[in-house]
Amino acid sequence: MAEKVLMKGNEAIAEAAIIAGCRHYFGYPITPQTEIAAYMAKRMPKIGGTFLQAESEIAAINMVYGVSSAGKRVMTSSSSPGISLKSEGISYLAGADLPAVVVNCQRGGPGLGGIQPSQSDYFQATRGGGHGDYHMIVLAPASVQEMAQLTIRGFELADQYRMTSMILADGTIGQMMEPVSFDFDIKEAPEKPWATTGTQMKREHNVVNSLYLVPDVLEEKNFERYEKYALIKEKEALAEEYLLDDAEIVIAAFGIAARVAKNAVNAARADGIKAGLIRPITLWPFPEKTFKKALGTAKQFISVELSMGQMIEDVYLATGCAVPVTLCNRAGGMIPSPEQVYEAIKAAHGKAGE
Amino acid sequence: MNYKRITLLCGHYGSGKTNLAVNMALDLSKDHEKVVIADLDIVNPYFRTIDSAEDLREAGVKLVVSSYANSNVDIPALPQEMYSLVDDRSLTCIVDVGGDDRGAYALGRIAGAIREENDYDMFLVINRYRPLTPDAESTLEIMHEIEAAASLKFTGIINNSNLAAETEPETVLASVPYAEEVSRLSGLPLVMTGAEKNVADQLKGKIDNVFPLHLQKRPV
Repeated sequence: MAEKVLMKGNEAIAEAAIIAGCRHYFGYPITPQTEIAAYMAKRMPKIGGTFLQAESEIAAINMVYGVSSAGKRVMTSSSSPGISLKSEGISYLAGADLPAVVVNCQRGGPGLGGIQPSQSDYFQATRGGGHGDYHMIVLAPASVQEMAQLTIRGFELADQYRMTSMILADGTIGQMMEPVSFDFDIKEAPEKPWATTGTQMKREHNVVNSLYLVPDVLEEKNFERYEKYALIKEKEALAEEYLLDDAEIVIAAFGIAARVAKNAVNAARADGIKAGLIRPITLWPFPEKTFKKALGTAKQFISVELSMGQMIEDVYLATGCAVPVTLCNRAGGMIPSPEQVYEAIKAAHGKAGE
Repeated sequence: MNYKRITLLCGHYGSGKTNLAVNMALDLSKDHEKVVIADLDIVNPYFRTIDSAEDLREAGVKLVVSSYANSNVDIPALPQEMYSLVDDRSLTCIVDVGGDDRGAYALGRIAGAIREENDYDMFLVINRYRPLTPDAESTLEIMHEIEAAASLKFTGIINNSNLAAETEPETVLASVPYAEEVSRLSGLPLVMTGAEKNVADQLKGKIDNVFPLHLQKRPV
C-alpha cells in the first residue's frame, strides 16, 4: 500500500496494528475511539484474525492477557473511562511481564466527562493507573501518520521489553482525517520462548502469573523490572525538537497540543521572539535529556496541555526548576487556541526581558 | 445541476457527505426560496452540518438537526422535524445521511413517503482514497448494504475522491477510472465530481461537471 489513503486517526491505528501482525483485537465501544473496533470488525474476518466485542472493558483486557500469554500480538483500545476499567488488567499484564498494545483515545473527565478531546489521563498513563510498581511505554502521536507509525513501534517495543505499550492519543487525532502512507518496514516479531503454547512433552512448563507467594522473590522481580525500566529510560526516550537551538521561551507540548503550539511558535518567531518547542513523543520514558539541553538557552518553559497541568510536573523534574515553568491550558474537552499560546509566549518574553 | 425536491447523500463513512451537503444547500439557496438541509447522521457525533450553521443561516437555509449534535450527549437521536421533509412539499431538501448501512437505517422512517412522492435523487458519494473502498467492487458492496438499509435505490454517483489538504488536480484525475467503473458496474450515471474550489478551477476542461467545494471550517 505505497499510495496514500485518507484515514481517520483511529482507522490508522487499526490498519497499522494489522500490518504489525496483530490478529487479535478485543474491545468495547466508546466514543471517540469506536472507529478502531468498527475497522477491526470489517477487516479481521477477511484476514483470518479475531475481532471480538467483549461484554466489558474488563473482559477485553483479560482476553488480551490470554492471547499475550500464548505469544501472539494483541491489542485493545478504549477512551478514558474505559481505560480506568482496564487498569486492573494492565497491572496484571505488568506483573506477568506480558507484551500488549493498549490505545487510549482520551476524552474529557473525570467520571463520564464528555466526548471532546483531552490529555488529562497523562498521570494515569505515566504513573500507573493500576496498582503496584510498574510502568508502561507511553507513545503520544501528533498526526494520523504517527498514529500508524507509533502503533507499529508500540508492538515492537512491547515485544522487546515484555511490557504494555500505550498509545496515548486524544479525541481530535482519533477523529481527524489526514492522508497516510503505510510504507513501513515491518520486522518479524521476536521468538517468545516463555509463551504458554504447550510443552509437546519436550520442555518444562512455562508459567505466566503475577502472584508470588514468597515476598523476597517478589521483591527480586520488582528489582529486575526496574533495571529494565532504567535501560528503557536510557535508550528509548524520544522527542521532536522545533526551533530549539537558540530558544529562550520553550514550549513543552505533546499530541494535538503540540500542533497548536507550533503555530504559536511560528507567530512568535515572526515577531522576533526566540520561541521553540519540545514535543515529547515518548511520555514514559520522558525525554529528560532534551529538556536539560534546552536549559542552555531557555529563560522560561511553558507547558501547553489539554488538562489542568499534568505533564508540567515532568517538566519541573526534568529541568530541576532551574528556570520558571508556567502552564497554558484548557480542560474538560476544550483545546487552547494558537492565539492563547501566543499570548502566553509574549507574556513570558516580556517577563524574561525585565 | 437540476435538483429534485429531495436530494439524499449517502455513502461510506468519511467519504465527504457533510461537506457536499452544505455546499449543495448553499448552491440551491441561490435560486430556491425554501431550502432545508437535514442532518440525519446517527453514527458520527462530530463534524456535523451544524459546524456551518452561520453560513447556512446567512444564506437563508433552514437547518434540521438533532439538538444533541456536537454536544456531549452521544446518542443516535434524529431531529423531530425530519417528518417535515416529506410532509411539506414546498420545501427543497438536501439530506445528509450517516455513513454506511448503519447511517442509512435512519432513512427507513421516511423512505415510503419519499418513494411514493417520487421526486428525489439518492446519490452515492465515493472516495477511492478511503481505505475500505479502494476499488469499484468494495464500493459496490457498501452501496448494496446502504440500499438494503435505506429501503431506497440510488439514482447516481458523485465522485468526491480526495486526500484532504494534499489533494492535487492529479489526485482527482487519477480517481476518474475508478468512478467510471463504479458507474459501469452499478448502471448509475456519474452525475458530478466534487473538488475543493482551487482544485476544481484547475480541473476545468479536464473533467465534466466539476462541483467546487468550500470546505467547512474545523476547530483545529
